[in-house]
Amino acid sequence: MVYSVQEGLLFAILALGVFITFRCLNFPDLTVDGSFPMGAAVFAFMAHSGFGPVYGIIVAIIGGALAGLFTGFLHTFSKIPALLSGILTMICLYSINLRIMGRPNISLSEFLGHRTVFTILRDTFTGYPEMYLRLTFLLGLIIFLKVMLDMFLHTEIGLAIRATGDNETLVEAQGINPDRIKLIGISVSNALVALCGAMFAQFQGFVDINMGIGMVIAGLASVIVGEVLLRGRTIFVITIQVILGAIVYRMATAIALNWGYHIGFKPFDLKLFTGLLVIIILSFPVFKAKLRRVR
Amino acid sequence: MLRLQNINKYFARNTPDERRALKNLTFTVEDGDFITIVGSNGAGKTTLLNIVSGSYLPDTGRVILAGKDVTQLPAYRRAKYMGRVFQNTFQGTASSLTLEENFAIAFRKGKPRGLRLAINDPMRQKFREKLTEVGLGLEERLRDRVGLLSGGQRQAVALLMATIGDPKLLLLDEHTANLDPKTAKKILELSETLIREEQLTALMITHDLEDALNFGNRTLMMDEGEIVLDISGEERKRLTIAELLDRFSERRHKKFATDRVLLSSDR
Repeated sequence: MVYSVQEGLLFAILALGVFITFRCLNFPDLTVDGSFPMGAAVFAFMAHSGFGPVYGIIVAIIGGALAGLFTGFLHTFSKIPALLSGILTMICLYSINLRIMGRPNISLSEFLGHRTVFTILRDTFTGYPEMYLRLTFLLGLIIFLKVMLDMFLHTEIGLAIRATGDNETLVEAQGINPDRIKLIGISVSNALVALCGAMFAQFQGFVDINMGIGMVIAGLASVIVGEVLLRGRTIFVITIQVILGAIVYRMATAIALNWGYHIGFKPFDLKLFTGLLVIIILSFPVFKAKLRRVR
Repeated sequence: MLRLQNINKYFARNTPDERRALKNLTFTVEDGDFITIVGSNGAGKTTLLNIVSGSYLPDTGRVILAGKDVTQLPAYRRAKYMGRVFQNTFQGTASSLTLEENFAIAFRKGKPRGLRLAINDPMRQKFREKLTEVGLGLEERLRDRVGLLSGGQRQAVALLMATIGDPKLLLLDEHTANLDPKTAKKILELSETLIREEQLTALMITHDLEDALNFGNRTLMMDEGEIVLDISGEERKRLTIAELLDRFSERRHKKFATDRVLLSSDR
């Protein structure tokens, strides 16, 4: 359970990114499936080139932002529909990620001298149980990111991002270039996603080219599970709800894996589980309305 | 102040569905004009406002605003010169944002936006004062989401947002059409007050011929993408609705007719 809470806290970073595009900007951004492994790939590349984890993380964040910028340009400059823009970037990134990594999977091994934030943590605070060190660190990180994002969404640009997703006509009438706002929003979102990728690479100690498959839906699942748990009205509560959503979603998958094998549930069924979860929650309001009409 | 020259606007151009929404339209708006625009559905009234605001670019012709050719400028780059309120009460505000957040967005119109916090206490104070003047009890609801307000309240907020930041031109696109008569009257009066106090030049589309003659100093009547009548001064003061309709039929050899216009002119 502690492990899935750790995972939840970690993937909450990605969920916050998905929240920016899907909920604030109203831009269904599928870049995530490419920018998540990109963050991991960039981190692995940096580690193999002998850089410390902080550098790897910074470069991964920049890479994610650039990926988002690319999707944004496809949409705003080339007028390609939102979904297609994201898919195009995602597919381009598959090759680019392979280029960065040089092979389909890389391990980040201490024997090869690769340091991660988690090994540094362990070596600095010797004598504390590693599991709780990780937990505390991830909790601190996500709280820090939450506060930063809350503040960002209350700045002039942040407000413009939220308004753009709500009413583009208004935004234009108020002298804001909605294209520019979308570029900023999608970049920030994918920077977070790539950061999540870099952290996850360190967390599990290896990078695989296919680790991004289904990440958008996992992120979206976290966001909407959060919406079911809490119905926040202010950004402060909504970001908490996204983080809680990520944790609960990870716990649900852990439960499905641990106890599901009695009914023949296999790890590769997880994507089906996630897909069905999202479908059920999204369809729920429709069924509820239908039921009400019958009564 | 504003000059439109030979504006042509087509929709679905070069297809069988081609429609010419504005035909060689030319007219000048003087500083301080408060122009009311009437016309049946499809006359081109809203298209005209969209050309002025930059939401549509004309196929031919030029738009000159305050001595500057703005024909090719996108809407967001003209925004600092103008405010706009729409018929749809959801269009003038962002409903998922709070009242004060909406105001804060309007507050920075025409200025660069950065990473400053969007709202501070002096700003809040100013918003509260503005809302108190309107007298709809909105000053206590700064932190409520705009989506929770009534249509009339939203329209009042949209009006205030449109006039924040010293615009030169106010564009009102049937902004009271979706409101009940009492609220519509209130919003219309508020519009007039704001136009007078802020010394704005205004273009107001309305389907109510009585309002069209009672408000402002000049009335345009449009039909099939053209301005058919342009009445101002003493002539306009004496004009009755019946005479206005007669003059329209004289020009166009048909009756000026939409259900809405007929209903409202029966009063």
